[in-house]
This record gives sequence, structure tokens and C-alpha cells, in this order.
Amino acid sequence: MAKSTRDIKRRIKSIRGTMKITSAMELVSSAKLVKARERLIRTRPYYYTVHRNFKETYSALNKTDHPLLIEREAHSSLYIVISDDRGLAGGYNNNIVRLVEDEIQKAGNRAELILIGYKAIDYFEKEKYKIVDKFTGITEEPDFKDAETIAYRALDLYENNWVDEINVAFTRFINNMHQEPSIVRILPAEASVPASNGKQLIEFEPSPEAVLDYLIPKYVSSSIYGALVEASCSEQAARTNAMGIATENAKEMIEELIITYNRARQTAITTEITEIVSGTEVLNI
Amino acid sequence: MSHFNLTIVTPERCFFTDEVDMVIVNAAEGEMAVLKNRAPIITPLKTGKIRIFNDGGERVAAVVDGYINVGVHSTIVVTNAAEWPEEIDVERALEAKKRAEESLKRDKGKDIVQAQLALRRALNRLEVAKMSKYND
Repeated sequence: MAKSTRDIKRRIKSIRGTMKITSAMELVSSAKLVKARERLIRTRPYYYTVHRNFKETYSALNKTDHPLLIEREAHSSLYIVISDDRGLAGGYNNNIVRLVEDEIQKAGNRAELILIGYKAIDYFEKEKYKIVDKFTGITEEPDFKDAETIAYRALDLYENNWVDEINVAFTRFINNMHQEPSIVRILPAEASVPASNGKQLIEFEPSPEAVLDYLIPKYVSSSIYGALVEASCSEQAARTNAMGIATENAKEMIEELIITYNRARQTAITTEITEIVSGTEVLNI
Repeated sequence: MSHFNLTIVTPERCFFTDEVDMVIVNAAEGEMAVLKNRAPIITPLKTGKIRIFNDGGERVAAVVDGYINVGVHSTIVVTNAAEWPEEIDVERALEAKKRAEESLKRDKGKDIVQAQLALRRALNRLEVAKMSKYND
């Protein structure tokens, strides 16, 4: 006989339990996704504006002799990797970690890491990577202050020539079904092509250098903030999808198990009847 | 007076966006009024007030740090935090003021800058909170 009916029944029960958890998590994260999307829409103007202003200033100055903007030979790169704290989000963490690893191999220089979220920390701690700093508990509801802390840490390394470029690796939110892991270089910044309406004269007060000194940290922290907000939105979307699929799978498994269960029960009954019939036949002789 | 578009953005939200007559900000080099067709300028702001004039009315908001970018078509203020007087949590500001004053008495050295900045923010918030009567 295959499996006893009792065993199958027990399995069905346990899968039902799992399914309850996954479907609850799906509901929770889809609610969080709605909130995260609202936040994304609210905050996008901020970092887009800062980004644009910085590029404008940079292009308008027409100078690249600022110590923070000079292109240096990349002996070492800093990667700020944004993962999540909890997992259970399908390929979300895996994709970003793998992308960073590929990039490090490709660049072939010394890599320094600032890790955000337990999942990235767990992974990179096992491998032999140099970890500069770790942050946890900030991915779900990113705060501008956290972004600033990370930015100053990164700028510090950059100013002291410990790293030659700053990259941020995060998952860009495209829509609920689609999120794209990507690596963006923050510093040195590439000057954008000046706007098509030709050179416009912009005043800088107190001086272009002072404005640039002020704008660079702003630019770095707002880029990191933007990445955090995008990532938190992607995280919730990835989790909603992963949990939805898990719930579907559990449903399928239960259906299959119920068929197996019925079959096993039928077999047991048939066996019993056969036994009784053959028993009476023996007695008749 | 002719209008121009003013936008104030913070990390949390787009705080303000509308046509205005004039805006007065607390720039790094002193107070600065911006009218329509002002020559493009970018300058950092100090923690302080921002006064928005429109159709004879005036609105005041408290801003923390940031910069103003006057462009040809629009003027943008980017700041870490912006609040209307009625949004300011006076109790929290008072507490922050007390905390900052205490640490100013106690500490010397590196933290003093932080405490001074915190005190400035708290005082600015309290001042602006009192100005709610200006707003219609």
C-alpha cells in the first residue's frame, strides 16, 4: 500500500497551514506595497529635482576640477548594496546580490561594501568581501536621515581616497510585476550634456565652488534616498508576487493530495472487502 | 504683479506648488526676495522662514536647510523639511530646544555644532508657529 491515509491527511493539514501563512503575507505585503507606491510617487519629485539641479550646476560650471568630481583611476570601488531584512521575496535579494558579485568580478579591482539589510549582510559575510559598514531595519520605511548617514559615510571614504568611485546597487521599481536590479554610479558624476537651449548664465551665491560643495552631499544623499525608496517598493512588490505564487502552489498540492488520499482510502476499503470475502469463502469450504 | 511658478519639495512630499507673486527666502548671504524674471541663481538656504506672497496675501513656512534654484521657467526650493505654522508640533519643538540647550551647557567640542543646529531648528519652528495669524 502506498501511504497510509492518516499520513496524507496530516500532510494536507500542514500544507493548509503554510498556505494560510503565505496568503496572509500576500495580503500584508500588498497593503504595504500600496503605501510604498504612494511614498515613491511623493518622493520622486525630490530626488529628481536634486539630481537635475546638480547636473545643471555641474554642466553650467564647465569645470571638472572639483576634487570630488575628478575622474580617477578606479583602484577600488564602493558598492552600497540594498537588500531587505526578511527574505521571502522570491528572487529579490538573490538577483541584487548576484548582480553586485558579477560587477565586482568584472571590474576586478578592490571592492568595498556598505550593506543594507540582513540578507545582503548574511550573504557577503560568508564570502570574503571587505565590508565597511552595515545597516539594518531601514529598508521598509526609508528615512532621509538614514540616507544622509550612509551618504556621509561613503563621502568620507571617497574624500580620503580610500575608494575611487561610489556605486549604489538597488532594485528599480518598474511596475507591480516587474522590478529591475541595477547598479548606478553616483560619484564621480558624469556631466550631462548641457540643455539644448544653449548655455544659460546662472548666478551662484556665494560662489560656484561653495554651491557645488553644498550640492554634492545633497546629491549623494538624495540619490541614496531615492534608491532606498525604489528598493522598498520593489521589495514589497516582489514579496507580494512570491507569496501569491506560493499560495497558488499550495492550492495545487492540496488538490493533488486529496486525490491521492481518496485513492488510498478506496484501496484500503477494497482490500478490506477482499479480505472479508476470501475469509467467508474459506469458512464455506 | 506678475506670477511665476514656485515649487517647494522635501524628501517626504511635494510641499508646495503654485503661482506666486514673490517669495522671500533666507539665503546663505542674507534675505533674498525673488520676483518674476529674476536672473537664474542657485544658492543654499539657512534654516529659517520662507515667505510666500500671492494676491496680497502672505504665507509663512518653516524650512530646515536646503537651497533655492531660480530658473527661467520656474523656481524650486529644495529643503530637508518644510512645515506650515499650523503643522508645527510646538511641544516637540520646545522639547528639542530644551535638549539642545542642555547639551550646549554640558558638551564641548564636536557635538556643539550639532546642538547649535538643533537649537536653531527648534527656535525657528517656534517662531514660525507663532506666525500662524499671518496665514489666511
